[in-house]
Amino acid sequence: MTPIPMEHVLIVASLLFAVGMVGLLVRRNLIVMLMSIEIMLNAAGLAFIAGGSRWGQPDGQVMFLLILTLAAAEIGVGLGLVMQIYHRYKSLDADALNQMRELPEGGEAS
Amino acid sequence: MMNLLWLVPSLPLLGFLILVLFQERLPRAAVPWVGAGSVGLAALVSGLAGQEFLTQANEAAFRQVLWTWLGVGDLKADFALYLDALSLNMLFVVTGIGFLIHVYSAGYMADDPGYARFFAYMNLFVFAMLMLVLADNLPLLFLGWEGVGLCSYLLIGFWWDKPENGYAARKAFVVTRVGDTAMALGLFLLFTQLGSLNIQETMTRAQAHWQPGSGYALAAALLLLGGAVGKSAQLPLQVWLPDAMAGPTPISALIHAATMVTAGVYLIARTHAVFLLAPEAQALVGAIGALTLLLSGFTALTQTDIKRILAYSTVSQIGYMFLALGAGAWSAAIFHLTTHAFFKALLFLAAGAVIISMHHEQDIFRMGGLRTRLPVAFWSFLIGSAALVALPLTSGYASKHEILLSAFASGSHWLWGAGVLGAVLTGAYSTRLILVTFFGPENRNAHERLPLSITLPLVLLGLLSLIGGLAKLDLGSVLPEPSGHDAGWLVDGITLAAPFLGILAAYPFYSVGRAKADALMTVPAAMDLRAFWFSGWGFDRLYEFLLVRPYCRLAALNKADIVDSPFRAVAFVARAANRFLARSQTGSLRWYAAGMVLGVGAMIAMGVFA
Repeated sequence: MTPIPMEHVLIVASLLFAVGMVGLLVRRNLIVMLMSIEIMLNAAGLAFIAGGSRWGQPDGQVMFLLILTLAAAEIGVGLGLVMQIYHRYKSLDADALNQMRELPEGGEAS
Repeated sequence: MMNLLWLVPSLPLLGFLILVLFQERLPRAAVPWVGAGSVGLAALVSGLAGQEFLTQANEAAFRQVLWTWLGVGDLKADFALYLDALSLNMLFVVTGIGFLIHVYSAGYMADDPGYARFFAYMNLFVFAMLMLVLADNLPLLFLGWEGVGLCSYLLIGFWWDKPENGYAARKAFVVTRVGDTAMALGLFLLFTQLGSLNIQETMTRAQAHWQPGSGYALAAALLLLGGAVGKSAQLPLQVWLPDAMAGPTPISALIHAATMVTAGVYLIARTHAVFLLAPEAQALVGAIGALTLLLSGFTALTQTDIKRILAYSTVSQIGYMFLALGAGAWSAAIFHLTTHAFFKALLFLAAGAVIISMHHEQDIFRMGGLRTRLPVAFWSFLIGSAALVALPLTSGYASKHEILLSAFASGSHWLWGAGVLGAVLTGAYSTRLILVTFFGPENRNAHERLPLSITLPLVLLGLLSLIGGLAKLDLGSVLPEPSGHDAGWLVDGITLAAPFLGILAAYPFYSVGRAKADALMTVPAAMDLRAFWFSGWGFDRLYEFLLVRPYCRLAALNKADIVDSPFRAVAFVARAANRFLARSQTGSLRWYAAGMVLGVGAMIAMGVFA
């Protein structure tokens, strides 16, 4: 079995990352944005696995495990936040949730 | 016993700490025991140490190092006490007279709400004064020097609820600070040029390194003189002392007659080696003394406030000490310092007794005829004034006569002349004070009910004023003896007769009838002259015009703090940048994500293309 060239894997990973990024930037639904982040994380994981197998080192797989855990944690926390936000605003539109910013014309900093 | 020398300043400090920690929570009856008791114990210890010092004559000085205060490279200053005949003399004056005045204060201040605060300040003052006279090195001396200045400020403004008292306190503080600045510069000069902070070492090095009349010696002497002039209220910084009378009377006796104001005399005597190297500066000391004693003598003739008369008299007597220093009669100056501490403390305390008996009346022309009603105060005043005008057989005679004769013998005849004229003036204003206050029509308002704590110090100080002239310490081991020939019987006679002349001149004006004095006062020229003298020769107005008002105008101009503007500009720029960057915080999540993507892209591009 001929090994898959590394360039191909990296191109797939880049495409996957771009898909996730575009999804994050253009969609307004919070759940879809979370899913896009998951796609980007998986793209990064794929690149690490490719690197690990290319150089025969375990580091890539270790990093992938780390990313996997990170993604799970992020989804756990993120979904909790999404539920809270939905309770409070009855909406999942990210653009409607800009009330957390500080008022730029607020009083003089002391 | 001499190894217990450290106890002498420590005891008043301990008293201060106790009083300050407990303040008014301390039982009222215990306050004077702590306040006066600690000073009394200090006096006892210094008496014993002094006795041991005087009996073992082989040793010229005793040095006690407590610990090292500063030690950086070559710079080393110990917390060390230095006892020689000069500092022993000052030690006796400060603890002895200080103790009597503390006892007096126990009675005088008994009804004051700030009883404990008063004694706390007084004890701190005694501690600072003892550090000043016992200091072995210049920084320690400066510590005491500034400490007494602080306590003077606190005590002049003791009754702070009256604004003019606070003003007098600030005036004293600021004016003496002018002198202190000069003195600090002088100490820096001594250290940078001679490389030592130890006083004795500095003096020996000055004699070894500096030629007589050299520029450094002159500069150092003049700067030290600046400090002495400020603290001792001499021309041109004499303006603070009369106003300092706003404080309680025992303060005036302790600080403004017996101890602190003579610190300048002590300083010059202590650093006499520098002055010997700068004859011009030493001549200036004598000239300042002569001018000051005449100027304040004339002013004392016109004052009506009993305490202000005594204040100007103090300025004038310190003028005598400066005159003696200028004439090279070092030990005569210290001798007059000692006797002056006896009789001027007596006069101030007697004035305090008069003032409380008169229910806080201080104008002598509203007193009158107190001779029979206030016998203790009267006799104290009589004895004190006799010593002040230097009548024979009193302590003041012994010291002042010695000063004038040594001034003549040293060749500065005009200094002697000024001193004799000053003696005439002293006789005149003292006679005026006594005649107006204690003779003439009787004032029925006065009641003398003085507790023992007031009469006892008066009696003891009266005794000292009479016989204190016998207790002259031999300062030959510290100060050089003036070389000069005998002045001759004529000079001796004139010096002796001068005070009598003053008394005879003042007597007719104030005894038989005030009419003559009043008639003289109707002449316009005399009235103008009197007003001029009364204002202290217009120095206050001059300084107001030359310094105070321009300073206030400058301060008003600079109300916006021009110097601060660069720092305010920095703050303004930072705040503007903050406002600008704060606009990027829109709260829109996708903008942030886009921003991050752009940033990461830019960083990758930098990594790739750089």
